[in-house]
Amino acid sequence: MTVIYVAIGGFLGAIARYSVSRFIHLDHSRFPTPTFLVNIIGSFFLGLIIGTALPNGMNLFLGIGFLGSFTTYSTFMVENVKMILENKWKNMMIYTSLSYMIGIAFAFGGLMLGLSLGK
Amino acid sequence: MKYLAVGIGGIIGSLLRYFVSYIHFGLPNELLPLDTLFVNLLGSYLLGLLTGLYSRFPNIPSYIQISIGTGLIGSFTTFSTFSNEIVQLMLHHHYLQVFVYYIGSFIGGLAMSWLGILNGSGRTWKKVNAK
Repeated sequence: MTVIYVAIGGFLGAIARYSVSRFIHLDHSRFPTPTFLVNIIGSFFLGLIIGTALPNGMNLFLGIGFLGSFTTYSTFMVENVKMILENKWKNMMIYTSLSYMIGIAFAFGGLMLGLSLGK
Repeated sequence: MKYLAVGIGGIIGSLLRYFVSYIHFGLPNELLPLDTLFVNLLGSYLLGLLTGLYSRFPNIPSYIQISIGTGLIGSFTTFSTFSNEIVQLMLHHHYLQVFVYYIGSFIGGLAMSWLGILNGSGRTWKKVNAK
């Protein structure tokens, strides 16, 4: 049964990520905004879910399924390597440092908010 | 139709990631989340490989990229779990693990993607890309 929660979440999360990439029309080669946005937003909400300590089924559906699938690491890495291969080192440095710093800060913020809501 | 292709890829990718989380690589997750590191590094290689293959064979149908690249591999890897695990490690004062996990994910991920692109493109990436 737990598998079903993860599967439905994964289905919706991947579609949501794809939708974001289709609706944002910016120069992705300079700064891949869609991937950046899904990753920082997803980090925040996963922190929130961890903080509020949801029942296990919701955790599997929203946390592992939806948000795990909504955010992506492989696309993030491939985008960075493409920038390196195109000698866009500065863009690559900005993209990685912003993704890691804001992603981790948002995860922390979400967790703190979740913990305070859960009280 | 494209949305369905992404979604089905997403089901497979997230289930595979969930199954990997049951493999214990010999270290407790509180110490170092090796399962997340594993899916992120493997996925980075595979997406690089697919990207490289596209640069060599531009005629591969685009639904392969959408279902396998965006859907399956995109969902197999995860950023939200990574960032939250970093936070958890920091809150538990496991600073050495934070460093190892971060460097492994960052440098390791770049290296794996680069290797994938190189393997997939048959080392012609720059040539293909420059045209």
